[in-house]
Amino acid sequence: MPTPQTESTEPPLLAANGPKNVDNGVVEADLLRFATAGSVDDGKSTLIGRLLHDSKSLFDDVIEALATTTARRGGEGLDLALVTDGLRAEREQGITIDVAYRYFSTPQRSFIIADTPGHVQYTRNMVTGASTSDVAVILVDARHGLREQSHRHTALSALLGIRHLVLAVNKMDLVDWSQERYEEIRTAFVALASRLGVDSVQAIPLCALDGTNVVARSASMPWYDGPSLLEHLETLPIPTTSTIDDALRLPIQWVVRPDAQSDDGKRWYAGQLASGSVSVGQQVVALPSGGSSTIVAVEGEAPAVRVQLADQLDIGRGTVLASVVLPPQVTTELTATVAWLGDQPLTSGGRYIVKHLSTVAQAMVGEIHDRLDVTTLEHGPADSLASNEIGTVRFTLSAPLAIDAYAVNRRTGSFIVIDARTNATVGAAMIAAE
Amino acid sequence: MRFAPVNRLARALEAHSIYVFREVAAEVDRPVLLFSGGKDSVVMLHLALKAFAPGKLPFPIMHVDTGHNFPEVIEFRDRVVAELGLDLVVASVQQAIDHGLVADPGANGSRNRLQTTALLEAIADNKFAAAFGGARRDEDKARAKERVLSFRDSFGQWDPRNQRPELWQIYNARIKTGEHLRAFPLSDWTELDIWHYIADNGVDLPEMYYSHKREVVERDSMLLATGEWTPPRNGEVPFFETVRYRTVGDMTCTGAVRSYAANAWDVIAEIETTRITERGATRADDRFSEAAMEDRKREGYF
Repeated sequence: MPTPQTESTEPPLLAANGPKNVDNGVVEADLLRFATAGSVDDGKSTLIGRLLHDSKSLFDDVIEALATTTARRGGEGLDLALVTDGLRAEREQGITIDVAYRYFSTPQRSFIIADTPGHVQYTRNMVTGASTSDVAVILVDARHGLREQSHRHTALSALLGIRHLVLAVNKMDLVDWSQERYEEIRTAFVALASRLGVDSVQAIPLCALDGTNVVARSASMPWYDGPSLLEHLETLPIPTTSTIDDALRLPIQWVVRPDAQSDDGKRWYAGQLASGSVSVGQQVVALPSGGSSTIVAVEGEAPAVRVQLADQLDIGRGTVLASVVLPPQVTTELTATVAWLGDQPLTSGGRYIVKHLSTVAQAMVGEIHDRLDVTTLEHGPADSLASNEIGTVRFTLSAPLAIDAYAVNRRTGSFIVIDARTNATVGAAMIAAE
Repeated sequence: MRFAPVNRLARALEAHSIYVFREVAAEVDRPVLLFSGGKDSVVMLHLALKAFAPGKLPFPIMHVDTGHNFPEVIEFRDRVVAELGLDLVVASVQQAIDHGLVADPGANGSRNRLQTTALLEAIADNKFAAAFGGARRDEDKARAKERVLSFRDSFGQWDPRNQRPELWQIYNARIKTGEHLRAFPLSDWTELDIWHYIADNGVDLPEMYYSHKREVVERDSMLLATGEWTPPRNGEVPFFETVRYRTVGDMTCTGAVRSYAANAWDVIAEIETTRITERGATRADDRFSEAAMEDRKREGYF
């Protein structure tokens, strides 16, 4: 058995001109990805601008440019909403059109914010932002309470597997910092989240415009003794997106064939771990083909790894190397909750392309079981799904996929639907437990 | 011996970049990696080598050459290409000018915007279906809106209002003939993350990224190196200053900053306390208007 190689096959490093052998003092740092969502005019962009500004994440030249732009638009001071609205059309219309990603760090944690649009026609961008987030911050205007978009965004966040929701009740100044009003909204939201299966909720009353409870707490609401938004984001435990953390799922992306000089003639299978870990001597099953083997070499830095197997199996890109004890299901038939993003409706009998992990397959739409009304959260009958609608759909595939339920593993439980004529991404699908 | 990144953030960023390289290389015919010799493109190349190790890089690299380069960057580029046995394509702005595709902005003019024409020309000529770029979302407002895999129509244009939804880490790399993709493996990295990677991995960079003495003039409140394409203008008095570069671009529009940072760790310490963004501090091309980057990106810029 060949010994695992560690150094000889590393990429040729460019010669170093900095000190390498230095204790850099890096501590274990956390990364929290969160999405922000809310209705138009609830103040999402202002909230993010405030968060960046008050956590001292904005550079001086950005603040200076902000002041100039604010003044030119007839405003005073800093219009913090302009920090995230980056496109010309967004500034002209004063709305957020597309997801903007923002990055900031505090000594506690690094953050990636996906600032998502409120307008209903841009819901697909909300889905985009939420699909990679650990936590969602749902923003609500204290005067209006929960609106249809709040229901939609909360439902989408829950569907996309976000297990912790933050309710930011904004514009508390406009309701005279009323505890009663806040409690009313909080109670309604907790009930909504609970119906959607999310029991972990933190509600925070705040005012993005003046910064109350965004980074620092303030005396405006002595009745509130919870954390500020930033304090909460810095300390909340990062929810996991897989309930089978120990079960190996290594989808193969790339095969490195041995070159003529290579002595052992073995292929390397490279991919990103979706769950579990790999080590030499581990038994694995290759799905959907079904052969099993033993891992004889591992290189790379988890989760980006490459492995060699003891046996020559007929496997390649699209194969999932998995735990023998707890393998994924291999199937050509599946049911999924679909968030439809295409301009043309999804109909029974329609043919599409799906991409699951690194596998591309043809798919035929079978029965559309139901459509979710995101306001009432009722499932009703449906024979099609229009843009921005959500429903439960049966698919038949041209090739078997190795899948888990989305609730079990976010990566092996999701796929996208592609329109073969336009190549547009038209659906986000989350696989249901059978 | 490599210094492994020990924190979760670095590992997550690195794994994601590697994932993007493998997905695009597997699904797209003829990708190419845009390599300027700047720190982001050097880190990008370093990650690409990791993604396909122990195999060779399965695509060429391309330099969009404005003809107004810092000489040390060209030397660095050629050394890297030779050492690693890479396949280099040069897209030349000078050639685009010579072929009459674009007008020469003159001896003192910036060729920054002309890069777009040279880039799109080279992508079409070589039938590249995807170009890996080192752009980071933290650099600019328009870039903050960019997908990891970004679609370009047959004119090379970006339509920011009609981007493909990008769900999870499932990248839709399907395009028609004549269209292409831009792939941004460093989307989620910040300037500081890049420098931590350089320090942790001992990545070699052009020397100008570290403190050195250089003859400069002060122009538009930036320090511009004097040289063949940037002679002092009337009233400008050249002087020597200890500087380094935070970004490397066309010599006519890339400014230096005063600095004593002699290695990557010094640079990290410096960035941690700076109050000015790298593009704001050093790039005249981004100062024209608040939508300067968006406008250039729509036309097909990196």
